[in-house]
Amino acid sequence: MPVRSYIEAVTLALHEEMQRDDKIFILGEDVGVRGGVFRATTGLYEKFGEARVIDTPLTESAIAGVGIGAAMYGMRPVAEMQFADFILPAVNQIVSEAAKIRYRSNNDWTVPITIRAPYGGGVHGALYHSQSIEAIFASQPGLKIVMPSTPYDVKGLLKAAIRSDDPVLFFEHKRAYRLIKGEVPDEDYTVPIGKAEVKREGEDVTVMTYGLAVHFALQAAEKLAEEGISAHILDLRTVYPLDKEAIIEAAAKTGKVLLVTEDNKEGGIIGEVAAIIAEHCFFDLDAPIQRLAGPDIPAMPYAPPLEKFFMINPEKVEHAMRELAEF
Amino acid sequence: MSENRHQALGLTDEDVLNMYETMLLARKVDERMWKLNRAGKIPFVISCQGQEAAQVGAAYALNREKDVVAPYYRDIGVVLTFGMTAQDLMLSGFAKAEDPNSGGRQMPGHFGSKALRILTQSSPVTTQVAHAVGAALAGRLKGEEMVTFTTFGEGSSNQGDFHESANFAGVHKLPVIFMCENNQYAISVPVQKQLACERVSDRAIGYGMFGETVDGNDPLAVYAAIKKARERAIRGEGPSLIETISYRLTPHSSDDDDRSYRAADEVEEAKKRDGVFTFASYLESVGVLTEGKSSEIVERCEKCVDEATEYAEAAPYAEPESALHYVYEE
Repeated sequence: MPVRSYIEAVTLALHEEMQRDDKIFILGEDVGVRGGVFRATTGLYEKFGEARVIDTPLTESAIAGVGIGAAMYGMRPVAEMQFADFILPAVNQIVSEAAKIRYRSNNDWTVPITIRAPYGGGVHGALYHSQSIEAIFASQPGLKIVMPSTPYDVKGLLKAAIRSDDPVLFFEHKRAYRLIKGEVPDEDYTVPIGKAEVKREGEDVTVMTYGLAVHFALQAAEKLAEEGISAHILDLRTVYPLDKEAIIEAAAKTGKVLLVTEDNKEGGIIGEVAAIIAEHCFFDLDAPIQRLAGPDIPAMPYAPPLEKFFMINPEKVEHAMRELAEF
Repeated sequence: MSENRHQALGLTDEDVLNMYETMLLARKVDERMWKLNRAGKIPFVISCQGQEAAQVGAAYALNREKDVVAPYYRDIGVVLTFGMTAQDLMLSGFAKAEDPNSGGRQMPGHFGSKALRILTQSSPVTTQVAHAVGAALAGRLKGEEMVTFTTFGEGSSNQGDFHESANFAGVHKLPVIFMCENNQYAISVPVQKQLACERVSDRAIGYGMFGETVDGNDPLAVYAAIKKARERAIRGEGPSLIETISYRLTPHSSDDDDRSYRAADEVEEAKKRDGVFTFASYLESVGVLTEGKSSEIVERCEKCVDEATEYAEAAPYAEPESALHYVYEE
């Protein structure tokens, strides 16, 4: 099976889907001739032409809003926000419109749009090129938020997002783009949205996380295995709506739960995961639910030592897992 | 006899009588909604009164089989022209299950119907403008000969979504007609405090599109402007920004009291230019609207509103638990 990088899986999924269905088109800033600032849409302009790979003006709200209008009128747009940090001008379109159109029209109108955005830190991106912004959208019924960790999941989930008849926010970890490689089949396949996946089976401590942090947890688990600590790792993959069944099962499995995100600790996805566990797994728990996250400061600073201080990494995850295992 | 202006525009006597009847029906539906609100039967009204001429004139210039509209909350005249009925509007007013706009989920004035080519609307203003641009882009990608038509107020024309969408449509030369229904007030704030330029249509040049301001009390002037805008769009000449000048004859909504911010004589003065009456006078002056015809139309509209009210009031609400449905595909 071919080994591909995380970003190659993005490009491959877009390419295959555009070839499969001519209702699919791409719109965003620099996505055309340049192939995207991260090169996620590289080659698509040459292959599918400027009508289907549209360089838009620098207008995030219109990128979302025009995409929503096109989706209502029968197309399947894939909109790119150049950085997740810059999605904020489009929040009204995403939250007031995309999320609510099926509901408010009593199932008459639908918005099959996918909005892709690179998120996450560790790339010297400072405050405004590093943020995790999923929590803003994670309390909006009508939206789905996908945050894959592996190239295999990227391809399968992006295809599922594009084929979904509901709006999907597809957040790609920008540090994972070239750092993470893995097997990606050439065949057409999808990975179901809304389903978490156990990425490692274990007995002593459960880690639930998503995105790049899944790899940190897997690396930490390898190390801890040498010490005889067995870690169970659940990749949430879809952070909204959450896969409650998988969360409950994974928490009950070991009775010790560590939740990891590189977002701020307060008010994030993992707080909701903790609430689900608290509601359903009270008698299964052997230790308090632990959270490892970024500090509650506005965003990631630029200076390397400060950025490193903010970011989670395999060592921080390993430390938190060991402490919990020893509780 | 006065000069026959509608024949010069290619409109038959029957066309203009239909336009007039639609304007009058919009007015009668709206007036009934206020009565029902004041009687405590419906919670909310937001009016079309004073803008029916612009709405109906514009919508008549569109192709109702091919074009897509993204109206704003006052556009009863637009949606009636596109096939919505007084009964549909009353079902929406009473928030009943059969309301085709939203099944009673949204306040009245939030129009939408896939069958009638009316995009669903929300309350944050000008979000629909971007959707109209997107639908035009989709139409182009699908190879359809169509235009999209979207409306908004002069206050809303300051929103980012208006500017982002107008620029997007201008850059990509999309077949979109932007129509600003300038009714002089954004709730309490008059147009002088909304615009630094003289006209909303002055903004067109910034987006490389045609701009024009017309008398919003004159349905024929609006019809002519929108018809030309549609022809330009179909010829591939891109979008247009048409501004219609009229006056909001009612308070902003049933929850507003306009006496706190405008003088009663200003409203009285504006009523003299009310398009529903001035258009009736025109039709009389060219011998199209006879006394007999006029009372026939009034009676038909009133009967229609009566029946719609009766039906909608008696119609059932949606089941409470139905609130859980259609969050996602089912």
